[in-house]
Amino acid sequence: MTSLVLLDHDACAIKQPSRSAVAAARLLGEVHVLVAGHGVQAAAVAAAKLPGVARVLVADAPVFAHRLAEPLAALLVSLAPAYSHLLAAASAEGKNVMPRVAALLDVQPITEVAAVVGPDVFVRPIYAGNALATVRSADSRQVLTVRAASFDPVPTERGPAEGGDAAIEAVAGTDMPSPGRFVSAELSKSGRPELTAARRVISGGRGMQSADNFALLDAIADKLGAAVGASRAAVDAGFVPNDFQVGQTGKIVAPELYVAIGISGAIQHLAGMKDSKVIVAINKDEEAPIFQVADYGLVADLFTALPELAAELERS
Amino acid sequence: MKILVPVKRVVDYNVKARVKSDGTGVETAGVKMSMNPFDEIAVEEAVRLKEKGVATEVVAVSMGIAACAETIRTALAMGADRGILVETDVELQPLAVAKLLKALVEREQPLLVIAGKQAIDDDLGATGQMLAALLGWPQGTFASKLEVEGGSATVTREVDGGMETLALPLPAVITADLRLNEPRYASLPNIMRARKKPIETVKPADLGVDPTPRLTVLKVVEPPRRQAGKKVGSVAELVAKLKTEAKVI
Repeated sequence: MTSLVLLDHDACAIKQPSRSAVAAARLLGEVHVLVAGHGVQAAAVAAAKLPGVARVLVADAPVFAHRLAEPLAALLVSLAPAYSHLLAAASAEGKNVMPRVAALLDVQPITEVAAVVGPDVFVRPIYAGNALATVRSADSRQVLTVRAASFDPVPTERGPAEGGDAAIEAVAGTDMPSPGRFVSAELSKSGRPELTAARRVISGGRGMQSADNFALLDAIADKLGAAVGASRAAVDAGFVPNDFQVGQTGKIVAPELYVAIGISGAIQHLAGMKDSKVIVAINKDEEAPIFQVADYGLVADLFTALPELAAELERS
Repeated sequence: MKILVPVKRVVDYNVKARVKSDGTGVETAGVKMSMNPFDEIAVEEAVRLKEKGVATEVVAVSMGIAACAETIRTALAMGADRGILVETDVELQPLAVAKLLKALVEREQPLLVIAGKQAIDDDLGATGQMLAALLGWPQGTFASKLEVEGGSATVTREVDGGMETLALPLPAVITADLRLNEPRYASLPNIMRARKKPIETVKPADLGVDPTPRLTVLKVVEPPRRQAGKKVGSVAELVAKLKTEAKVI
């Protein structure tokens, strides 16, 4: 059995959620990876260094420059006959592309895989993480997206015992159809780590009261080297963009330290962060459900506690 | 231009899902059911396009047991013009739903399908993309902004780290993210009016689709519970504990 993992990359490095997808694929047998884009040789070289990767397929062409779903799905379908499993991280890209691939192969995809039980048996969360379903697929080929928080990512480099870099080989695919046209991208410009890859995350909820008050979190995030997140309530209230959202309908994170500020702890939010190693909650409502999952809880007004926290971190 | 909007009947988002004691699934008997919240956003977007004069008709489709007609009524009360119920007792999974929708699209010939990005029960997030694939149409998933003009849809999408904008030739499939709009509440007169709007009922066999599920649920369990920790008395104590006890800063 051989798996093909579609990698998310930034043209030179492989993103951490994709390294988790590689970790999941290793449980299924031999692993090949696909790097698609335009001008992606550096990413291909980085992919070849990942532990457990036996072969790197590279599709380097203008049609893949913006990694639109239509040409990427067509490419994966053309490669599918050689593979038992097609995987990607459950990132915006993986969620966009893999179901399209599955439909073209007449397969029911299994998304947000949290555990591999067997070649066709997987565990995935349902109902915003309130239940875990173990499902068996009757399809002859599996199309999966992998929940990054559930699998430790493979390192970026091989150990001394793991042999040389994987072979890199170009694949055809320049003629894939691409009916859609990329217009523009507006990526948040912050020097902070990406939410799904950050070792520390500080999130604000409705208790932050305004967009301006999120600057209070920025100050602490900078001191901790943390990413800033938010609850769905804060996103709904328009305090921050949706890509800040941690939760079942947003991003799933599992950092070493998760700090929840002014977040009550709705089920849908807990589903996105409850696998964090250490959870801290600061909330003035001592009955807030967030305290039921927090390792350390502080009942306090966040507008007093945040400046104190910034000062305390400054001191140490 | 006609718009087709698939709507799913799910356990209301305010209800805490409870795993059945026999581990076969989540309790749905006697539980409040509602339209999937992302589908409400999709209906709202379609109705707004009609109000702007871009769309001429909005058709709401739901699939499943007869009670799914209630979900269609909700869409009709929000402003959809008519409904189609694909009635079956078979548990429908996204591949089957996408095939059934494809058959309806071929019959109804809409230029746009607007779906929710995921259903809040199975959380699979697959139907829109799968329908686009089967139709050979482009897809604009996780849309936070949609403009339709001159045979093209300009879609702003939520992606990791920000947003991107795509121009898609119509016909196309769009899936709605949270920030696309804020769905309206149906007014009482509109709820009354919706009762008179037509709902057609068809069976999967009428559409030539075998809806047999591909996935079998072996078991459903509650996730492991996280233990509540301790309360600290001050910020200073918190920072000290994170340093010396948890060793995470």
